[in-house]
Amino acid sequence: MSREVTLEIDGRKVKAREGMTILEAAREAGIEIPTLCYHEKLKPYGACRLCTVEIVREGRSRLVASCAYPVEEGLIVKTETELVRKVRKLILELLLPLAPTGPIKSLAKKYGAKEGRFKAELTSCILCGLCVRFCAEDTGAHAICFVGRGAERQVAFVPEVAPNICPTCRECYELCPGGKIVEAESESMLSIPISEKISKK
Amino acid sequence: MTWRIRGKKMLEKIRSEILSRREPSKPCIAICVSTGCTSLGSLELVERLKEELEKRGLTDKVDLKLTGCLGFCELGPRLTIYPGEIPYFKVKPEDAEDIVSQTIIKGQIIERLLYVDPSTGERIRRLEDIPFYRYQYRLLLENNAKIDPKNIEDYIALGGYQALAKALFEMKPEEIVEEIKRSGLRGRGGGGFPTGVKWETTRNAPGEPKYVLVNCDEGDPGAFMDRALMEGNPHLVLEGLIIGAYAIGASQGYVYVREEYPLAVKNITLAIQQAQEHGLLGEDIMGSGFSFHVKVHRGAGAFVSGESTALMSAIEGRVGEPRLKYIHTAVKGLWDKPSCLNNVETWANVPYIILRGADWFRSIGTPDSPGTKIFSLVGKVKNTGLVEVPMGITLRDIIFKIGGGIREGKKFKAVQTGGPSGGFIPEQYLDTPVDFDSLTKLGSMMGSGGMIVMDEDTCIVDVTRYYVDFLFQESCGKCVPCREGLKQARKILNHICEGKGTMEDLETLQDLSELLRNASLCALGTTAANPIMTSIEYFRNEYEAHILEKRCPAKVCKALVAYYNNPEKCQACGICLRNCPVQAISGEKDIVHVINQDRCIRCGVCFAVCPFNAVEKYSPATPPPAKYGVKVVRRKKEK
Repeated sequence: MSREVTLEIDGRKVKAREGMTILEAAREAGIEIPTLCYHEKLKPYGACRLCTVEIVREGRSRLVASCAYPVEEGLIVKTETELVRKVRKLILELLLPLAPTGPIKSLAKKYGAKEGRFKAELTSCILCGLCVRFCAEDTGAHAICFVGRGAERQVAFVPEVAPNICPTCRECYELCPGGKIVEAESESMLSIPISEKISKK
Repeated sequence: MTWRIRGKKMLEKIRSEILSRREPSKPCIAICVSTGCTSLGSLELVERLKEELEKRGLTDKVDLKLTGCLGFCELGPRLTIYPGEIPYFKVKPEDAEDIVSQTIIKGQIIERLLYVDPSTGERIRRLEDIPFYRYQYRLLLENNAKIDPKNIEDYIALGGYQALAKALFEMKPEEIVEEIKRSGLRGRGGGGFPTGVKWETTRNAPGEPKYVLVNCDEGDPGAFMDRALMEGNPHLVLEGLIIGAYAIGASQGYVYVREEYPLAVKNITLAIQQAQEHGLLGEDIMGSGFSFHVKVHRGAGAFVSGESTALMSAIEGRVGEPRLKYIHTAVKGLWDKPSCLNNVETWANVPYIILRGADWFRSIGTPDSPGTKIFSLVGKVKNTGLVEVPMGITLRDIIFKIGGGIREGKKFKAVQTGGPSGGFIPEQYLDTPVDFDSLTKLGSMMGSGGMIVMDEDTCIVDVTRYYVDFLFQESCGKCVPCREGLKQARKILNHICEGKGTMEDLETLQDLSELLRNASLCALGTTAANPIMTSIEYFRNEYEAHILEKRCPAKVCKALVAYYNNPEKCQACGICLRNCPVQAISGEKDIVHVINQDRCIRCGVCFAVCPFNAVEKYSPATPPPAKYGVKVVRRKKEK
């Protein structure tokens, strides 16, 4: 049994167990922190940065990703400060043009993110990696992966694996916040070699 | 002869033997064959010198030492002749004959190969009298001139591995950590984290085995400090690493070197092999019972792999991508084991601190940033190259005393420290002492030691765009602020350079910078805000000129510049006309040539080739209306 620690989230004393993250502790206490790349079955990834919260430690405050930051005794966490809201608003404004879908739009509304502030190619994918990581960490199939770096980064099916597994598995479908996966299968992208997909760009 | 060193006394004995075999009076030509000088032809020079020596039967009577970087790269190939320590600059292969016949045989100095002081025209005989060297404190780079990096005997002759012997036989690991802590040494890779504290954290962290790592990913454009150490004095870095391993309790080490540094890879690999052969690395080091092994890992070329977690991912065989590190790599790093990663230059300081003591180290530099720092001084300064200075020296001294000021009498505009993710520092802060905290306060950073000087002809908006573009290209693409934020920032900067920016764009740039700084996953993203924020803070007027007046003050941004042929200066020589790649220039004999603005692609070729300086740049891009058929006014050709 791991040690119990007490921290403060939004002014409330919250009990948690050592080794938990801020996000886990908050959710257990019924405090909602928005996320897009987090999944309870998967290792923290820290890519969407939407779960950013402000912490105060040794008198100094800073922003951290709550999905990964471990709880500590006496840690002070603020989940909805002005700075935090500003970060989330801008992140959503950056994501909106990529995938203006349900979960992203409703979060955008909550944080007052303006649609159309930025323009980018509509890819239906925010590169949260839920599909890639779920397929690797939970399903163990490794049928889908990231290719390319930086701006070239995209999700691709592994052609040797995907056609045999994906049509019957489809576990990642409902995880996808951007709707890319469904779109990809309907375009029958499963068997296109990765190299071709890159050169097509 | 292969000897294995056991014990401190034996190291001393070996050293005495090496020294006794050497005659101090035997002439030695030490030539830099590091990357810079090699590209200027030093290898050919070596061949010619060999031929000359052979021709005169002097092959056995003169030593040829192939060394690492000597610093003043711009004036390479560089060589030094001993005894007498005669420094020659810009030596060409055809100088080989004179060097042997005059300097080696007759002891005469070849005046034309000496350094010429550009302000006095005087030829300088002693290295320490050359301004570029006079104001330096060459602690780590000093021995580069005296060492053939492929020969461990050179290093031992200069007292190499004595610090290791002292550490192994006279100090407890805790005492070494304490000494490094007391020295105040801070990480030279850029962060400036106290090295001793890092060591202590790894030492005390639970988990075995522990790892020590060298970061030689040095990816900043225009930076080559670590390269010079790795190429020129690899045993120094290795000795520091072995001492660190002993202090921390690590049994395995990794040297991460970027593949783009083939000579560094070669020299450190050889150094490791030699150290193993001589009992200085591997099992039971020097008979102390301490065992430690080192492997070289070659990086595949990603800038982001210089980030600690990405570097460790890469060594583990995965994509070099940063991961969350709220638990420090010192506790949970390579393969989730306690790992101590330090930069090349940090490790190189260790043997000196162990041998000479923390108090001596603290006597150099400033109380909060002790020691020296190597910078690669590049850009629009007269003297470019590697400089090593005590911390606390001012930017002005580096740029104007060591660097000799700005080229062609132009005006200084800004200095950019810390690589692409550093900030721009304007003239009013030139008297800032160079240390970790002062540079950070100005919105820039020490970084690993890149220092790029810019003059009045540099457009700050354009350079910011260049850096943001570089960082965007090098972003791993994992987190949203860095991938999407830099994408948008780059787009906005492109717009501004094209004269399509708005004042609202400036605010958006600042918002994006804040997001990068506050919410990025790794330091590539958090520091990417520096060039944007400092350029807006210190050079807002340049942004405003681009946005409001459609004017590029430095006349760099193509879309905002027009080329105009001044009819009072044009001599109708036809050179611009012939060189224009798009036939945008019309004219004939005795008739002033006219640039057709609709056709002109603003490549600047006419501006560059005109022998009369008749082609002028206009920004905003509204030159006087062109007049066709104007007769030239004859004048004498300007030089």
